[in-house]
Amino acid sequence: MRKKMKRHTNPTRLLLLCHTKSTNENDGSWEGIQGVKMMQQGFISQHVAARALSALVSGNYVQQRLRPAIRPYSSATKEMTVRDALNSALDEEMAADPNVFIMGEEVGEYQGAYKISKGLLDKYGPERVVDTPITEAGFAGIGVGSAYHGLRPVIEFMTFNFSMQAIDHIINSAAKSNYMSAGQINVPIVFRGPNGPAAGVGAQHSQCYSAWYGSVPGLKVLVPYSSEDARGLLKAAIRDPDPVVFLENELLYGESFPISAEALDSNFCLPIGKAKIEREGKDVTITAFSKMVGYALKAAEILEKEEGINAEVINLRSIRPLDRETINASVRKTNRLVTVEEGFPQHGVGAEICASVVEDSFGYLDAGVERIAGADVPTPYAANLERWAFPQIEDIVRAAKRVCYRSLPMAVAVAATA
Amino acid sequence: MAFAGAKIIQPSLPLIHTTTRSPDNTLLSDPSFLSSPFLGSTRTLRLTQSISPAQRRSASPVVAVSDVFKEKKLKSNTNLLLTKEEGLQVYEDMILGRAFEDMCAQMYYRGKMFGFVHLYNGQEAVSSGFIKLLKKEDSVVSTYRDHVHALSKGVPARAVMSELFGKKTGCCRGQGGSMHMFSAEHNVLGGFAFIGEGIPVATGAAFASKYRREVLKEADCDHVTLAFFGDGTCNNGQFFECLNMAALWKLPIIFVVENNLWAIGMSHLRSTSDPEIWKKGPAFGMPGVHVDGMDVLKVREVAKEAIGRARRGEGPTLVECETYRFRGHSLADPDELRDPAEKARYAARDPITALKKYLIESKLANEAELKAIEKKIDEVVEDAVEFADESPAPSRSQLLENVFADPRGFGIGPDGSYRCEDPKFTQGTAQV
Repeated sequence: MRKKMKRHTNPTRLLLLCHTKSTNENDGSWEGIQGVKMMQQGFISQHVAARALSALVSGNYVQQRLRPAIRPYSSATKEMTVRDALNSALDEEMAADPNVFIMGEEVGEYQGAYKISKGLLDKYGPERVVDTPITEAGFAGIGVGSAYHGLRPVIEFMTFNFSMQAIDHIINSAAKSNYMSAGQINVPIVFRGPNGPAAGVGAQHSQCYSAWYGSVPGLKVLVPYSSEDARGLLKAAIRDPDPVVFLENELLYGESFPISAEALDSNFCLPIGKAKIEREGKDVTITAFSKMVGYALKAAEILEKEEGINAEVINLRSIRPLDRETINASVRKTNRLVTVEEGFPQHGVGAEICASVVEDSFGYLDAGVERIAGADVPTPYAANLERWAFPQIEDIVRAAKRVCYRSLPMAVAVAATA
Repeated sequence: MAFAGAKIIQPSLPLIHTTTRSPDNTLLSDPSFLSSPFLGSTRTLRLTQSISPAQRRSASPVVAVSDVFKEKKLKSNTNLLLTKEEGLQVYEDMILGRAFEDMCAQMYYRGKMFGFVHLYNGQEAVSSGFIKLLKKEDSVVSTYRDHVHALSKGVPARAVMSELFGKKTGCCRGQGGSMHMFSAEHNVLGGFAFIGEGIPVATGAAFASKYRREVLKEADCDHVTLAFFGDGTCNNGQFFECLNMAALWKLPIIFVVENNLWAIGMSHLRSTSDPEIWKKGPAFGMPGVHVDGMDVLKVREVAKEAIGRARRGEGPTLVECETYRFRGHSLADPDELRDPAEKARYAARDPITALKKYLIESKLANEAELKAIEKKIDEVVEDAVEFADESPAPSRSQLLENVFADPRGFGIGPDGSYRCEDPKFTQGTAQV
C-alpha cells in the first residue's frame, strides 16, 4: 500500500532518514549514506543525489513503516534528556520482545540507581526487571547463561567500575563464546551503565573502561553522546545478537538534546560501527566520544570565533568496531588530528586512533597527532584537582591550535616561562 | 519447602582428617548413620560392599535430609536399583569415558593433542550417574575437565576427539579445544577454563528455564541445569553468589561438586576452613547432600531426587560427590604430592569394576555382554581417533569467522562497506 510521499530533497534530512535502520540488512541505508557522501564530495550533483536518495528512502519507508501516518519532516523541535531516551529505548524494546529483561542492582524498586529504569518494574513486573543482590560476577554470569539459551538480558552495572568484578564473564564467557563454540552459541547480551568520571566520586568510581573493552575481540563497545545516540544505539545493542558493552555517562543523563521525530520512532536504530560527523570543518579533525563530544563542539566554536580555525568534530559513537574509515577520510580532508578522551592516556582510544591514522593516512598528515586524555593518575577527589585531571575545553582549544601551528609547542612554551 | 524439614546432624569432626580407612569403620556399623539415611542411601546398596560405604573421612555421615525423601527410601526396599537396559547403558557410558580418556593420554604423548588436557579417569560415576538421567533439552555446564561430560550428554566421540586434535570436524571446529567443549544441539554449555566461571553461567541457564516457564508461559519448560565443578571451586566467591541467587529465586539447578580432594597440588583439607562442602547448601537455604562418588548407583539415586526436585520447581540442590581422579590434574602434572597409598585405596574402589560386579552379582548381565560392550567401545574410540586423524585442519579463512554472530561488528572497510562483506575478508592476513 504505497503512500503518497513528500519529495525529500534536503540532503541533511535524507541522511537522518538513512540512519533509520531496521534489522533487515539490505535496507539500502548504506547506499543512502554513500550517496550523500558522494554528493558532499562533489561526485554527483545535489539534485541527482536527492532524487536517488528519495527513491531509495521511499522504497525503504514502505518496507519498514508499519504505521500509516508519515509526518512531514520539520526540523527537530522536541527535546529529550539522555535519561529519558534510555528509558524509552528500554521500554520499547521490552514491549516489543518478551525475551528482553533487565537485571542489576536497584533497577526495580529503586527505579534504577540513576533512574534509567524508572517505571519499568511497574510495567513489566519483577520477573522482567530483576533486582539482584550485590553480586556482579554472579549476575553477569547469570545473564550470560540465560543469553546462551536465547534470552536477551540487559545487565546494568551501577557504574562500570563494578564491572571489574564481573569482567571474567564479560570477556571470557560472553565475548569469546561465539568463537569458542564455532558459532553454535551466540550471546545477545547488553552490559550497560555509567562509565568514566562523574563529579567528585573519587578514584575508584571514576575510571573510563572504553580502552579496556575496546581491545577485546568478540565485544561491541558503544559510547552514546546525545539522546538520539542513546536511543538509537541502545536499541541497536539490544537487537544485536552479540555481546555489547554500552558505556553511558552519568553527567550526560540529565542533559537535554533536541530529538527528531524519526528518532522517536520505535523502530529507530543507529548502525553499530559508524561514527557521526557532528560538525563539518576543514582545518582540523577532533575525535571525541561521550561527554567529550560536547566539549569538543564548544571548543570548535571558540576556535572558529577566536582563531578562525574551522574544526571538524567526529562523535565516535562506537569504540569497537572503530569507524576508521570516517576518521581517516576526515584526516585526509583536514590533514590534522586531535583525539580527545577522558580515560588514561597509555593504551587509550586516542592511541589506537593515532596508530590507525598513521598506518592509513600518513602521507596526509601535516602535523603530528595530538592526543588529549585524562591525567595519568588515579582520579583525585578535590574539585580543583579533579578538574585538572580531565580534559577541559581550553585543553582542546590549545591542542587544536598547536596542531595548526598557531602556537608554540608545549615544551618550548614551558621553557619560555621558566 | 522441603528444606524446612531437613535434619542436620553435626558430628564432632576433627579439622585435620586422616585418610586411613578400615573396613570396620563403615557407615553401616555406625548406629547414628542407620537411623538417618541420607539421600542416595547406602543402606539399600549393602550388596555393593566392595565400594566400602565408609567414604567419609569421619565415621558418621553429616547430611541434611528431607523427611519426605527419607520416607520414600524406607518404602522401596528392592535390591535392584536399575533395570538391565539402564545398567548396560550406564556401564557403556562409563566404559566410554574411561577408554576415551585413556586414548587421550596416549594421543597426547604422541603429540596429536596439545595444550592443557585434563582427564577424568576415576570420576566416571559422577558423570554417568547424573547425566544419563537428563533429557536432551537439559543443560550441562562443566569445567576444563569436560570431555566425559560432553560424551555422556551425547556429543559423538568422533566430534570430541577431532576437537581435541584441533581439526575442522571437531564439535567446535577446532576453535575451542579440550577445555571448551560446546554443543548447542546437546545443550553442553561449556567447557570453562576459569574455575567457578561455569557456575553463574549454569545458574543463568536455569534462570532462562524458569523465565521461559513463568514469563514466556511455555508451560512444559521444565529443563534443569547441572553445574559440575570441583572442590577448589567451592572456595571461590562466584560459587557462593550463585548458591544465594539460585536458592533465592528457586532456580532449577543442581550444583554437583566433584570433590576429588585435590586442586592440582593443593589438598582440599589444606585450603578449606570447613572441608564439608555439602554443609554450604543449607547455609543458603537448599539441601546439601554428600554421596559416595565412586559408586554410580548411589550417585544415581541422589541425582534422581535432586533432578526431580528441580523439575518440580522446588529449587536447587547442592550435591557433594566424594570421588577421586586416578591421573594427575592434567597431562602435564607430575602428580608427586598425592600419597600412593591413597591412590591405591581409591583405585580399589574403581567405579567401573564396582558396577561390573554389581551387574554380574545381581544377574542383570553376564560377562559376555559386558565384554561385548567393552569391545564395542574400543572400536568406537579407535574409530574416533582415525576420524580425527584423517580430518583436515581448519583452513586459514576460518580464523576470522565466528567472532560475531553479526559480523558487521568488524566495522567499515576502506571502500565504505562492511568489512565482512568483502569476499576477501577472511583470506590473507587479518587486517581488521
